[in-house]
Amino acid sequence: MSETADRVKKIVVEHLGVEAEKVTEDASFIDDLGADSLDIVELVMAFEEEFGVEIPDDAAEKIATVKDAIDYIDSKQ
Amino acid sequence: MRRVVVTGLGMVSPLGGNVETSWKNIIASKSGAATITRFDATDYKCRIACEVKPADHEYGYDASLDVDHKIQRQVDPFIVYGISAASEALRDAGLDTMTEEERLRAGCSIGSGIGGLPGIESESLVLANKGPGRVSPHFVHGRLINLISGQVSIKYGLMGPNHAVVTACSTGAHSIGDAARMIAMDDADVMLAGGAESAICPIGIAGFAQARALSTGFNDTPEKASRPYDVNRDGFVMGEGAGVVVLEEYERAKARGAKIYAEVIGYGLSGDAYHVTAPHPEGSGGYRSMEMALKKSGLSLEDIDYVNAHGTSTPLGDELELGAVKRLFGDHLSSMSMSSTKSAIGHLLGGAGAVESIFCILAMRDQIVPPTLNLDEPSESCKGVDLVPHVAKERKVRAVLNNSFGFGGTNASLIMKAI
Repeated sequence: MSETADRVKKIVVEHLGVEAEKVTEDASFIDDLGADSLDIVELVMAFEEEFGVEIPDDAAEKIATVKDAIDYIDSKQ
Repeated sequence: MRRVVVTGLGMVSPLGGNVETSWKNIIASKSGAATITRFDATDYKCRIACEVKPADHEYGYDASLDVDHKIQRQVDPFIVYGISAASEALRDAGLDTMTEEERLRAGCSIGSGIGGLPGIESESLVLANKGPGRVSPHFVHGRLINLISGQVSIKYGLMGPNHAVVTACSTGAHSIGDAARMIAMDDADVMLAGGAESAICPIGIAGFAQARALSTGFNDTPEKASRPYDVNRDGFVMGEGAGVVVLEEYERAKARGAKIYAEVIGYGLSGDAYHVTAPHPEGSGGYRSMEMALKKSGLSLEDIDYVNAHGTSTPLGDELELGAVKRLFGDHLSSMSMSSTKSAIGHLLGGAGAVESIFCILAMRDQIVPPTLNLDEPSESCKGVDLVPHVAKERKVRAVLNNSFGFGGTNASLIMKAI
């Protein structure tokens, strides 16, 4: 697992209060991890802080799964 | 008018994460006061408070029993405490699983005096230091006062009246009184009612200290600081927590064989129309509120055995409340007891009236009245009044009066009796 994936998953576990095993790369934030749209706004903010990247709203809207987030962050680093 | 009874109790206090632990410690004359741990208060005039203790403490509170991790992160502690107390109360009443039909007639009236002050303070700092794009998307609904009622209604599917009182330190008593009327007026059959507070944060302590409301002379002996009616009292000690009761229409409670703690029979409300922080110099607002509650209850003065006083430990407030109680009760004073549980758990502000109403109910259940701690040297005007100094007292308790008075000159009194 990449270092980005590790850090993303840690943030998801902490913010959504879900078990680490559930945070697979295919997991959908809304359908599988119980997030609502505001939770995703908060997660995106946390990713921005953690990785020092800016995730504009139009890009944030396309982040639906854990893998989407990892890929986007990797593409900006 | 439909009769209203109490069938469930829930509490988070500086002396326990639930009703029975808090009550046991109150009766054992324990104090919840200590040096502030939430932030470094070294440079503050007041460095003490009655904080809710962490889960690993002897009488700590475990939020995770009833509140999801995600919600704990997103909302201010007063909401978390409120959800916990409401959950305990519903379970106690055996109403944590109701049918849809029942839930359509069940509502919430759980308020707060100040709301999410710690979160307003910390997110303001985020705004100032990191800009608007870093403010939490949960900022607003994680701080709003009506969000205990909102969260609890969502958690338990309660679709009846959804309300939240905001009357400073009278909030808890007004919440119960107003909710009882909603049931009496047939707006609902079941209401979760009470109040919560958590304002032990830098701006909260600094603000109340600047208003000259907090005790500042006992920073090295925190457990001695809350001393209602004592000549050396010098202000209140900030507490935090929540109290919630389940109110239920009497016939419904009887029909389902519910455990009935008490009947809410009297509710009085008044305004001082005098000053934003100082009580009326004759205590006339408090007097009228008690008088109205008594009139509505249909009881006579002699029926009241115990008064849980507002008694915050401020020089002026205690004296004026005492004067008003003396004028109202007259000769009966010699046969009743009155105490301030704020001496043990501090002032829970918007939670006070609810938590203290629960202590009143338990005083009737157990036939014992809780003590006023630190009453070493009662002021001159205390003569002839049993203020239950230092230790709890076993006695007959048939009906009780709870007083709550708040900034803005808002007063509420509740009378409950055993059934």
